[in-house]
Amino acid sequence: MSALSERPANPVVGLSMPHESAAGHVTGEALYTDDLVLRSHRVLHAHPVQAPHAHARITALRTEPAYDVPGVVRVLTAADVPGVNDAGVKHDEPLFPDEVMFHGHAVCWVLAETLEAARLGAAAVDVDYEPLPSLVTVREAIEADSFQGGQPHLERGDVGSAFDAAEHVFSGEFEFSGQEHFYLETHCSLAQVDENGQVFVQCSTQHPSETQEIVAHVLGLHSHEVTVQCLRMGGAFGGKEMQPHGYAAIAALGATLTGRPVRLRLNRTQDMTMSGKRHGFHARWRVGFDADGRFQALDATLTSDGGWSLDLSEPVLARALCHLDNSYWIPNVRANGRVAKTHKTSQTAFRGFGGPQGMLVIEDILGRCAPLLGIEPDELRARNLYRPGHTTPYGQPVGHPERLHAAWEQVLASGDFAARTQEIARFNAAHAHTKRGLAITPVKFGISFNLTAFNQAGALVHVYKDGSVLINHGGTEMGQGLHTKMTQVAATALGVPLAKVRLAPTRTDKVPNTSATAASSGADLNGAAIKNACEQIRERLAQVAATRLGVSPADVRFSDGEVHAVAFSGERVSWEEIVHAAYFQRVQLFAAAFYRTEDLHWDSSVMHGEPFKYFAYGVAASEVEVDGFTGANTLRRVDIVHDVGESLSPLIDIGQVEGAFVQGAGWLTLEDLRWDESDGPGRGRLLTQAASTYKLPSFSEMPAEFNVALLQHAPEEGAVYGSKAVGEPPLMLAFSVREALRQAVAAFGPAGTSVDLASPATPEAVWWAVQQARRSVEHGHVAEGSPGVVPDQPAADAHEYEPESERVQHQLSRT
Amino acid sequence: MESPSVTVNGRTVPLDAVAPHTSALDWLRGEGLTGAKEGCAEGECGACSVLVARPGITTPTEWTPLNACLMPAASLDGQEVMTAEGLGTAKDLHPVQREMAVRGGSQCGYCTPGFVCSMAAEYYRPGRCAHNGDPGAASGGDHHDGEHGPNGFDLHALSGNLCRCTGYRPIRDAAYALGEPGQDDPYAARADQAPPAPRATRVVVDDAAFVRPVDLTETFALLAERPDAALVAGSTDWGVEVNLRGTRAPLTVAIDRLPELRTFEVTDEHVEIGAALSLTEVERRLDGRVPLLDQMFPQFASRLIRNGATLGGNLGTGSPIGDTPPALLALDAVVVLASADGERQVALADYFTGYRQSVRQTGEIIRAVRVPLPLARLTAFHKIAKRRFDDISSVAVGFALDVEDGVVRRARIGLGGIAATPIRALRTEEALTGQPWRDDVVRRAAEVMSREGTPLDDHRASSAYRAAMLGQFLLKLYAESPSPQEVPA
Repeated sequence: MSALSERPANPVVGLSMPHESAAGHVTGEALYTDDLVLRSHRVLHAHPVQAPHAHARITALRTEPAYDVPGVVRVLTAADVPGVNDAGVKHDEPLFPDEVMFHGHAVCWVLAETLEAARLGAAAVDVDYEPLPSLVTVREAIEADSFQGGQPHLERGDVGSAFDAAEHVFSGEFEFSGQEHFYLETHCSLAQVDENGQVFVQCSTQHPSETQEIVAHVLGLHSHEVTVQCLRMGGAFGGKEMQPHGYAAIAALGATLTGRPVRLRLNRTQDMTMSGKRHGFHARWRVGFDADGRFQALDATLTSDGGWSLDLSEPVLARALCHLDNSYWIPNVRANGRVAKTHKTSQTAFRGFGGPQGMLVIEDILGRCAPLLGIEPDELRARNLYRPGHTTPYGQPVGHPERLHAAWEQVLASGDFAARTQEIARFNAAHAHTKRGLAITPVKFGISFNLTAFNQAGALVHVYKDGSVLINHGGTEMGQGLHTKMTQVAATALGVPLAKVRLAPTRTDKVPNTSATAASSGADLNGAAIKNACEQIRERLAQVAATRLGVSPADVRFSDGEVHAVAFSGERVSWEEIVHAAYFQRVQLFAAAFYRTEDLHWDSSVMHGEPFKYFAYGVAASEVEVDGFTGANTLRRVDIVHDVGESLSPLIDIGQVEGAFVQGAGWLTLEDLRWDESDGPGRGRLLTQAASTYKLPSFSEMPAEFNVALLQHAPEEGAVYGSKAVGEPPLMLAFSVREALRQAVAAFGPAGTSVDLASPATPEAVWWAVQQARRSVEHGHVAEGSPGVVPDQPAADAHEYEPESERVQHQLSRT
Repeated sequence: MESPSVTVNGRTVPLDAVAPHTSALDWLRGEGLTGAKEGCAEGECGACSVLVARPGITTPTEWTPLNACLMPAASLDGQEVMTAEGLGTAKDLHPVQREMAVRGGSQCGYCTPGFVCSMAAEYYRPGRCAHNGDPGAASGGDHHDGEHGPNGFDLHALSGNLCRCTGYRPIRDAAYALGEPGQDDPYAARADQAPPAPRATRVVVDDAAFVRPVDLTETFALLAERPDAALVAGSTDWGVEVNLRGTRAPLTVAIDRLPELRTFEVTDEHVEIGAALSLTEVERRLDGRVPLLDQMFPQFASRLIRNGATLGGNLGTGSPIGDTPPALLALDAVVVLASADGERQVALADYFTGYRQSVRQTGEIIRAVRVPLPLARLTAFHKIAKRRFDDISSVAVGFALDVEDGVVRRARIGLGGIAATPIRALRTEEALTGQPWRDDVVRRAAEVMSREGTPLDDHRASSAYRAAMLGQFLLKLYAESPSPQEVPA
């Protein structure tokens, strides 16, 4: 065991704890950003003026009529920006645009005494637009050669020769939808200038440090003049990693200009029409198998629909390419990626961050090709799973693949997979109008930010004279239970009861230069930093205790609020007593700590290296039933075994696995982002812009039987107390639902039917697939042999893939 | 007239200068009760759910969960409201709150106060724990199945609450772990007392007014004065109009507590259902008498919406995608319209005249709906939506067929979502009537049915799918109906 992963006796980590704010949640006492408005006086409310065009030039903007509306105090426009008029870090997203880039783009903001007055004021602002041609779909963008950012290229082996030698070559095309985050709490910021002249922004943000930076550059201030606090978020899922910054900047700009607090809270329609979503993708692929169905070669070109600006599209695409293999050994691979520029919201991070999109492509390929190969889908997947000694296409050894196999076997056994497969075959033979399907799929997900520099974190831990502990760290709480885990880590590292530890809200003036709470890395990074800070304090206290107990400091143990000598039945001194003594001996009772994930390296210009500290694994089997009359379907049973290492907090981890699974199933089977693709006046408008039209899973989508187990005896050497990250990986367990639907649909057709299933597989999409299966249409959706569908190769003048942040790092390492 | 006030969590709070368009949610939050949240502002997510003391059926009062975002704050004048803050505190949790907290029922916590209120209402539902079932619960009472817990908890109680974090399993477990309210439970005790009486209300702010008239006569007088007045009962549509479309009616008139609109009567000829009874009340008062409606209720929006929404409202808005019209058309329902000049009856089949248009004249209100008796024997309600709970239909069909000796004697089929108004499938009815209830006939009729109406292409469904579903529904009805000799006489 490494020092990082080793647990002391009686650890507080590993205990099942409810969320640290659970009592506040259930009573409504837990506060969110918009609940703070009443605590400030004379708050102004902000409302956007949203453009009704997908693409247009603003030829005139008359704000005077807004001032005629009683209660309107100020209209914010580009002329008000003292610093940089940009809401991002890439300088491609003007905060106040002169060119409308998507339907609903905010062109200016109205501040008023009430939200009602701000709304009426915004309606009164008079804007002239000169409409411009627009690209709304990813296909339109591909045809128009409209791309943005770098184009990553990943290659291993000799794809050409492998295809020549392959027994079977198939090719096809696949386009699938994105996903709206639909965090229950929409974007919200409350900004004011405090008594010290400091700009203070309370913001629902996953990335307070970047919110701070962007507020500062918009206001023309230095970072030390801006403080951002995030109390907690009502859900985020990646949607508040990059997207809150502009709204925070608007609120802060309003506060500095008016001298009054400004509240900016998007309503649901504004949030859905203005904020970025999970990227939809388009893929063209060619795949070669040997006679036994083993992958020989894969050539794929993935085009993500980036929307109007780059945002996080480049790293999302990089992760997609890095997860094209999912859990499968593919000896020869060529993968190209590009980001389409379309006139839509700027798509962004969403739980999985491109990983789900890359993996969906390979799972779709397997689902479509299994019947063509004449191999059962579960067998085809099992045959191709990574084994010891394999490396990923980007050159990273696949650590502990035996854990993937263990999870696979456990799901087959606990899920009674073989017997149920037979039972389903009998059911399907006996029912003409109802068919069932059972599918098993694996997950392998790389943990760490792809970009090495982001894998750092800080913490600040205070022990007060009375022995109480206050911890600060750079991570944010969005419901994932990070703060719960962090208090458990601190209690474990200090050897005190959990009740001794309190956690302060995340603030940029406590821990600076933090990374986003993202990439599932929150507990790994911040936990290691907190552990380090606590151990600094503990070591100092050990000196004090050693004198008191008359032993060597190395023999002092801290456990459950008591300090004693190892293996001695002798004196036990209370934690408080040692702390008290330490203060009078002038021993420092607080510590700052820093953590950087070791052993990572990555060169995205060649897409090669070891970007991940480890892989998280999981396996799911899902059973569905499809009604042949309507395509309506139900999720009958789900069995999951997921690898969280040695869990820091089992109740929290199981909650993450279940929640991610259902969210993934929502993306794949229900949630339907529809944009107006017509040439009519509403072109580019998001049609599903409300909860009434964009349906996320409700109680009716919960699996009737839902068995979730954590993989046992799987400590992770490289992470805090042997745990593994859990936020994102289980989302991809939901592929099993989509594949089960595919198999149920196939059962409506003759044996060996290959099914082309749209994503999302809504009841309507499933019904059309059933119709196709019944007509046993030739498998027109999969081309057999060569040339078939040929994935586009990058143009000679394609931008090299090397994100700005990485370029800086490379320049440093070269000098 | 007393100055308007609301009792919130046991404390009387003045409803001072509350604008008629202000929702109960915004008002509560403005009063510092920020537990209820705005997630969608259109009654879809339930994050704003609060409990309102309403007249009960098995107890004098029932704590009824409603979406606070959809209710005019002024409509609560004289009423009692309970929020998550009132149910318990972090130091003294209510049993529902305790189960939710310890079982991981909250992650981000934003939806949680709303879940707690919806769950608390089901916790207090009279007869929930009774082993002989609750006679009022048409959805099945206390049996433990996919939608009911061993403690009688009906999961449909939570169908109007969305959680984006948990995947629902721990929330279900919390719900199913609830015991019975204790003997000294104050909220249960409150249910045994009379409900707050409706209070005549008049709130005027700037040029807009909210009025709860004392009786029908005053209602007609108000309508005569302001024909453009917005009539509200459950206000489930009003809230969407106000919050999402910025509608600001000069006069809003609440008619949900007028006794003439809350009748329920069963005679030999018909069942009369007051237009302002909530769908939950209708479901429980019908008590299984109209199986077609029993099939429809659980598919109509969510329990939170059904606790407010009314038949009068669903017909009054005249939406072509309302869920009750296809069922009521199949039942040959009659609309009772009342005005200062008296009453008249109009067959629902003749009621709709165009997109959100009807024969209802200025000054008329829908007082009741009558369902003629006896009922057809073979009935079904089919609905297509992306989601099973709480979704708007892309197509809905109500079937009511009389099949005797293997022959279809009479057929009534109501369709929603395929034309500018809800319509009858007249050609399909004709293709079936007098014909044997047999595979080939049904197939031919299904062909006819899939050509009824002029379905639209939109974000909910393609026109081709909608059309296809019409025929599929008939085939499904046939496949799932008992064979001719088994049709009960």
